[in-house]
Amino acid sequence: MSGLPTVTPAAAPRLRLERVTKRYGAVVANDGVALTVQPGEIHSILGENGAGKSTLVKIIYGAVRPDAGVIEWNGRPVQIRSPHEARHLGVAMVFQHFSLFDTLTVAENVWLGLSRRVPLRAVVDGIRAKAAEYGLELEPDRAVHTLSVGERQRVEIVRALLAEPQLLILDEPTSVLTPQAVERLFVTLRQLAATGCSILYISHKLDEIRALCHQCTVLRGGRVTGTCDPTQETTASLSRLMIGAEPPRLVRRESERGALALRVRDLSLPRLDRFDVPLERVSLDVHAGEIVGIAGVSGNGQQELLAALSGEDPRAEDGAVRIFDQPIGRLHSAARRRLGLHFIPEERLGRGAVPSLSLASNLLLTRRESLRRFGWIDRGALRTQTSGIIERFNVKSGGPGAAARSLSGGNLQKYIVGREIDAVPKVLIVAQPTWGVDVGAAAQIRGELLALRDAGCAVLVVSEELDELFAMTDRLHVISKGRLSPSIATEAATVELVGEWMSGLWGEEAAGATAAAPGRAAGAPPAPGEAP
Amino acid sequence: MNQLALLVAATLSAGTPLALAGLGLLLNERAGVLNLGSEGIMLVAAVAGFGTALLTGNEWAAFAAGALAGAALSAVFGWLVIWLNTNQYATGLAISLFGSGFSAFVGIDLVGKQLVETPAPSVPLLRDLPFLGEALFKQHPMVYLVMTLAGAAAWFLYRTRAGLVLRAVGESPASAHALGYPVRRIRLAAVLAGGALCGVAGAYLSVVYTPLWVEGMVAGRGWIALALTVFATWRPARLLLGAYLFGGVTMLQLFLQAQGVQVAPQFMTMLPYVATVVVLVLISSNPLWIRLNMPASLGKPFFPGA
Amino acid sequence: MIRLEARTAPSQLMGVLSPLLAFATTMLVAGAIFAALGKDPLQGLQVFVLEPFNGLRALSELGLKSTPLILCALGLALSYRSNVWNIGAEGQFLMGAIAGGGLALWVTTAELAIPKLAFFPLLVVAGALGGAAWASIVALLRDRFNANEILVSLMLVYIANLLLSWLVFGPWKDPNGFNFPQTVSFAANTEVPRLIPGMRLGWGLPVALLAALAMWLFMFRTYRGMQLQVGGPAPLAARYAGFSSRAAIWTTLLVSGGLAGVAGAFEVAGPMGQLTPHVSSGYGFTAIIVAFVGRLHPLGTILASLVLSTFLIGGELAQSRLGLPSALTGIFQGVLLLALLACDTLVQYRPRWSRSS
Repeated sequence: MSGLPTVTPAAAPRLRLERVTKRYGAVVANDGVALTVQPGEIHSILGENGAGKSTLVKIIYGAVRPDAGVIEWNGRPVQIRSPHEARHLGVAMVFQHFSLFDTLTVAENVWLGLSRRVPLRAVVDGIRAKAAEYGLELEPDRAVHTLSVGERQRVEIVRALLAEPQLLILDEPTSVLTPQAVERLFVTLRQLAATGCSILYISHKLDEIRALCHQCTVLRGGRVTGTCDPTQETTASLSRLMIGAEPPRLVRRESERGALALRVRDLSLPRLDRFDVPLERVSLDVHAGEIVGIAGVSGNGQQELLAALSGEDPRAEDGAVRIFDQPIGRLHSAARRRLGLHFIPEERLGRGAVPSLSLASNLLLTRRESLRRFGWIDRGALRTQTSGIIERFNVKSGGPGAAARSLSGGNLQKYIVGREIDAVPKVLIVAQPTWGVDVGAAAQIRGELLALRDAGCAVLVVSEELDELFAMTDRLHVISKGRLSPSIATEAATVELVGEWMSGLWGEEAAGATAAAPGRAAGAPPAPGEAP
Repeated sequence: MNQLALLVAATLSAGTPLALAGLGLLLNERAGVLNLGSEGIMLVAAVAGFGTALLTGNEWAAFAAGALAGAALSAVFGWLVIWLNTNQYATGLAISLFGSGFSAFVGIDLVGKQLVETPAPSVPLLRDLPFLGEALFKQHPMVYLVMTLAGAAAWFLYRTRAGLVLRAVGESPASAHALGYPVRRIRLAAVLAGGALCGVAGAYLSVVYTPLWVEGMVAGRGWIALALTVFATWRPARLLLGAYLFGGVTMLQLFLQAQGVQVAPQFMTMLPYVATVVVLVLISSNPLWIRLNMPASLGKPFFPGA
Repeated sequence: MIRLEARTAPSQLMGVLSPLLAFATTMLVAGAIFAALGKDPLQGLQVFVLEPFNGLRALSELGLKSTPLILCALGLALSYRSNVWNIGAEGQFLMGAIAGGGLALWVTTAELAIPKLAFFPLLVVAGALGGAAWASIVALLRDRFNANEILVSLMLVYIANLLLSWLVFGPWKDPNGFNFPQTVSFAANTEVPRLIPGMRLGWGLPVALLAALAMWLFMFRTYRGMQLQVGGPAPLAARYAGFSSRAAIWTTLLVSGGLAGVAGAFEVAGPMGQLTPHVSSGYGFTAIIVAFVGRLHPLGTILASLVLSTFLIGGELAQSRLGLPSALTGIFQGVLLLALLACDTLVQYRPRWSRSS
């Protein structure tokens, strides 16, 4: 029982929830949820996307009010009506999408997070002290927009720690960290728990939970399906609790690599905005019939690279991006699409689809088959085409007339993926293909992408989920600070190696790996200048 | 020499209402709210101020009435935009249209009325300085007050915690909400303060500057003040400077006429409007510059999920 | 206490009910104002809302006022759907009036014997060019220099007003006009052909209705129209799809400027018959309200223009019959738009009554 906190049985639990229920219209986000967190305990809430984790956390943090249920804090029943009240009780939170102010300095950001009236100078000293105590290096005077994503998380954590919380909530904290940084975070969290602070750790990553947490409450469809000691469970047994079945297995064949389809050479782009990451001499190849992955911690230039490849940002040198040897760097996205390059963005609502428009109208964003002369829309043809995609990709919706925003995340993603796959692209670029999607839809989407590869399409997947990249891709690059690593065959890649590359540390041996990988494909040119 | 001193003096006076309204709108926008209703708010406040001045004979009561009217009308705007989440552009326009209609209606009986003349104010001792006395020290107290106000606004925004919170709300209301700040109340406070300052500006126009009530007398100054906040890249000191620049442009027509320049008066009157367009073009042509300085949430609604 | 909860999908019922609710609210406010002014509210409302529909002549006047409102609002609806905030329709209207008026003035002074039916299309073209040219300044500055179109289009209203004032006080002034700021009365062959003999309503109205139909087809049946409307609610989606935001700026401004210009030309060559500083009774601004009340929909625009022109005529009637200032119209317009915006909240949000805590 090593690692378990010493809990005196007489002490009241730090936090106890009973029969907590929250409905949104017809959807029950939380259904009679019970949860008990002891002082000094690292408690995980596990569940797949849409299981009700974030609603539960928002209830505890006072951002959402439950429809029914009891919340007890240190043995006393409480009502947490606002984040302000939660913080007053001693609840602190580190958000998945940070609650930082980009134009302000680290110290000002921390200062804003402290409810007590302390002068700014004292805050600066406090930051230095906490940073030293927990090994979290931070410069108080730097503006937040100059920090990396990992450093921003450190600001959030230090801010939370300075409030001397009794309960710290972390929402999917590792999605922005390299595997090595995850280890360091865990050290910090264990150190904190040892002081008696309870930690509520929200995640869907089973290995992490088994490595870190003392207790685990599993949610599925808004209900608690079990509580367990994760150290005593296997990844498979946790997965069964989480999704109620064995995790779906991805069947994949050897790839048959064809001609060079997408070729990027020395793509450099200055930043457009101070929040952008400039791209520095990015080079990569994607051949027909293979899936190439790009791993990396978010905010390292993925958005900028994707925009430059999709044509949303047509500032690249013409020859820096080529499709079947045709230069396309200056073409906008519709022109690139006509050449067979399709793109599935990370944001579904507002980018991949217009929320207020119907699925049929949204088809027109990337498909022009239903257009007649003078741009006249053949509505009958459009409906038929939309229905075809809905049927083929098993999209649950109210039909072609349903507004995009009325679909669940998973179904809208299936529709958008279907819309692009149905176009029979020659090159498909996908960002975060299964981000925020339930397990069933994720398995289907991955399967579709593999089928597309087998049909001879060149696929480029940019993802922050290493598991996903390891399961799907044939070769891997890593992006760090706007620079792209050489590629490595996925079979040869390890989490440790990719983790190191995520920090921008790729050396001579990496260049060797690249030279070996593309060598056997017919017609693949050597990759000059790929090594930094 | 004397001509130039008079020009400087007139410029300060003409820039004062622009600076008042501009500072108010700047506070508004720093909290992330764009109030396109400024023109209407100033009109209503101008009527309220002029009426009060007629009734009481007291300028400061008139300014207070203007501030109150401005705050009241901007409260309607704030409630719609902040609580009902209506489109800020459309709501601001609606306030402007309502304000011009309402002020015309209420002000019908005030047209042509005269205020009791008050002795021209001046600063003792300093007014006797050669040139400077004429240029700087024979002004209405509001002229000096607005300079102080610009300094106070800068101090508030950059030196106080409350100012930091205001900037934080304008930068990212979602983050501020997550940290437990009452975003909507803070925004409403900024809108009320902005409306009150626009109101004082309106009252200054009708009570001190003109001093008359004429339908539509604000003549686009509410819009120019909005342009000033862009010109100033949301900084109080630059805003004051910009206001005097525009005041100078307004006065230039009188100066040129006095010099005997023969141009149709319509083209002279056009100057401030043309200048606004030119200034907007110059300042906006570097989008990076604007984006670096603009409050990130400006014009975007914020609805805390319940 | 009432709290708002976001709806999962916008309520279609509320989409229809909201303008009606807003109209009812405006009527309540109007009644209250009449009562406060010591008038019988019912009589006041009768003059304001029902009288403008009384008789063929009244209907002709209603159509006459609706014409510029429809034309201006159509373009604005397209602009606002595309997230281009042109609020300078008034200026574009005036420039159309200047262009159309200039053409009519030339025909009049040169005593050209051009037939009425031949002049009408020329008038339309002149107005459209005048308005579109003025709007193209906004488009150019927004496209080329990123200058805010709200402020630029509005400044151009003041400038257009002064330009008109200069013309009628200066070079275009009627030499025999007792120094009034106005041009000579235009020759009969420049007049917009009338629909019904003896009534002022002219061909402008059918043109406006045709424009509404064309706008409906453009918005909802063509790829170009659909492209424009993506940029409004989802600029990132427009960029993703490869729809040009520059095209949206130019198209919407040229179309809305052109339509407003045509409205201006109809006004000078129609009911006015000459250029004066008062060509517009604020049609360009009222059209903003028309566009919103009409749900930024071409057919809605027609209905909304009827409501707003009822207010305009009602204001004039209230002045002559009840001795009330016609400025009341401005108040009612503002209240209607404010009430509509408030009611529109119900389309996206569901009010929930909860006990205050």
